[in-house]
Amino acid sequence: MTLSFTATVPDRGVEVAFDVADGETVALLGPNGAGKSTVLSVVAGLLCPTSGHVELAGRTLYDAAARVDLAPHRRRVALLAQEPLLFPHLTVLDNVAFGPRSAGASRAGARARAQGWLDEVGVGDLGGRRPAQLSGGQAQRAAVARALAAEPDLLLLDEPMAALDVAVTPALRQTLRRVLADRTCVVVTHDALDALLLADRVLVVEGGRVVETGPTREVLTRPRSAFAARLAGLNLVVGRWSEAALRLDDGSTLSGLVVGEQPVDGEPVVAVFRPTAVAVYRSAPHGSPRNVVPVTVTTVEQLGDLVRIRAGDLSADVTLPAAAELELVPGSAAYFSVKATEVEVYPA
Amino acid sequence: MSGARAVGLPRWVLVPALVGALFVLLPLVAIVAQVDWSNFWGLITSESSRTALLLSLRTSTASTVVCVLIGVPMALVLARTSFPGQGVVRSLVLLPLVLPPVVGGLALLYTFGKRGLIGQSIEVVGTTVAFSTLAVVMAQVFVALPFLVVSLEGALRTAGERYEVVAASLGARPTTVLLRVTLPLALPGLVSGAVLAFARSLGEFGATVTFAGSREGVTRTLPLEIYLQRETDPDAAIALALVLVVVAVLVIGLARTGRTAL
Repeated sequence: MTLSFTATVPDRGVEVAFDVADGETVALLGPNGAGKSTVLSVVAGLLCPTSGHVELAGRTLYDAAARVDLAPHRRRVALLAQEPLLFPHLTVLDNVAFGPRSAGASRAGARARAQGWLDEVGVGDLGGRRPAQLSGGQAQRAAVARALAAEPDLLLLDEPMAALDVAVTPALRQTLRRVLADRTCVVVTHDALDALLLADRVLVVEGGRVVETGPTREVLTRPRSAFAARLAGLNLVVGRWSEAALRLDDGSTLSGLVVGEQPVDGEPVVAVFRPTAVAVYRSAPHGSPRNVVPVTVTTVEQLGDLVRIRAGDLSADVTLPAAAELELVPGSAAYFSVKATEVEVYPA
Repeated sequence: MSGARAVGLPRWVLVPALVGALFVLLPLVAIVAQVDWSNFWGLITSESSRTALLLSLRTSTASTVVCVLIGVPMALVLARTSFPGQGVVRSLVLLPLVLPPVVGGLALLYTFGKRGLIGQSIEVVGTTVAFSTLAVVMAQVFVALPFLVVSLEGALRTAGERYEVVAASLGARPTTVLLRVTLPLALPGLVSGAVLAFARSLGEFGATVTFAGSREGVTRTLPLEIYLQRETDPDAAIALALVLVVVAVLVIGLARTGRTAL
């Protein structure tokens, strides 16, 4: 189920090439208008590029030279958009059964499979409802089930959680993470957490070109492109869950709020916090907040009206006056402190 | 009194609005007032009246079916494709809406009539179209088709293509998408378009009398019967007119409940 993609769409100034390995999930990150959605449209067959070659699981979907342009319904590429777009005139169960029915399954067979997928994404009891009777999160889960029930070779997710209430995104993210684990998938997102938890690899698209690519964690912690730096630049700390905190290899611990299911002791977890949540001190702070790390500053750079102080994998954003007062230069010793309430902990 | 206040609507607007409403309603009241109620039942169940009413219902039903069969594809092509000259084609399709029906009847006569453009070729097969019940249906389709096309095209544009894209990405062939997604979503527009087409067919006069004539039991539909009776038996004409009004009101009521139910 590998995808190989090369396409030029001059109208939209897009010229992108990338591959997705079998079972791999690739995140497309980039600002609005960068060409991410154009890429998805070309893969899905909704937009015809002027040149290029798109191949999926050994089948040519598009080839400009050979004049191949497979119709969308023959591509085995399912699309999940921001909005669930469940067919309003069908029950939730028949929505999910739509793909199998279109592939020729019997009504009973398609419904049985649809029920299985609804169970899989945690809305198995809602099959009899109309889409209008579902909450946003439930509807998006049903839409995920519907896309998976079509058994596509490739799944395209276009900002699948952008239109949802923030209260329901963590749970849906965990569900997606589970069902996408061994699927070939391309996900467009603005959210560094989506990329971190769903994608094996990240492509940063800017101005219609791929400006950066690499394993997700690497791109998010050490972004080279301006967009990735702005979007991400997140602090990610990897460790194991132990005694209600994340324990690093060196024995130090980090406390935070667990998002999703409570991890068990010894389970690998990742803690995420924004550089703006980090306070910087020249000497160990009094009153001992729980998360204090002694660090050695590696770089100091100005980002607009903030100054980003990096120390190894961690970064902190402080205001210009605060930076001036701290007088930090590469090599200075300092303490990074972050409140536990600013740290989110996810099963890794 | 409670409810939302209409901000920005000056009170004087109510006056012309009321005048307009009276202008439409008063003539209907006049008809009801003129009806000879003692003979009403006898007038509308006379031999010629029943023949005309049944012919009207039969031909209007047939023309509505034809309008659906050819109007749905026309609306789909107009709403979902783009080709050079589409705007002109759309205007031409809508032409019968503004064309005097008599002119439409003449046009049909010079197309399908004995000496018409393709009438001669039809005659070779051994039939004539003009002045037959088929001609009545054709005249009705000619004037009613735009109602269905406009209504359905609007519904298709409102529904948008997003659901169709999803359906295709789930592996549905274009015919499956059309039957299971596109048409069900546009069904309210299709129903109201069909109801309008039926009502327009039922009231059709000018094109019918020009192209199909007025042969009792063959081409004399209810509007033609009313027009003829007006000369000889005004009481019968008024009674039949009331029947048409009632049918029209029923049809519009049906379309409204159909729309809200869907």
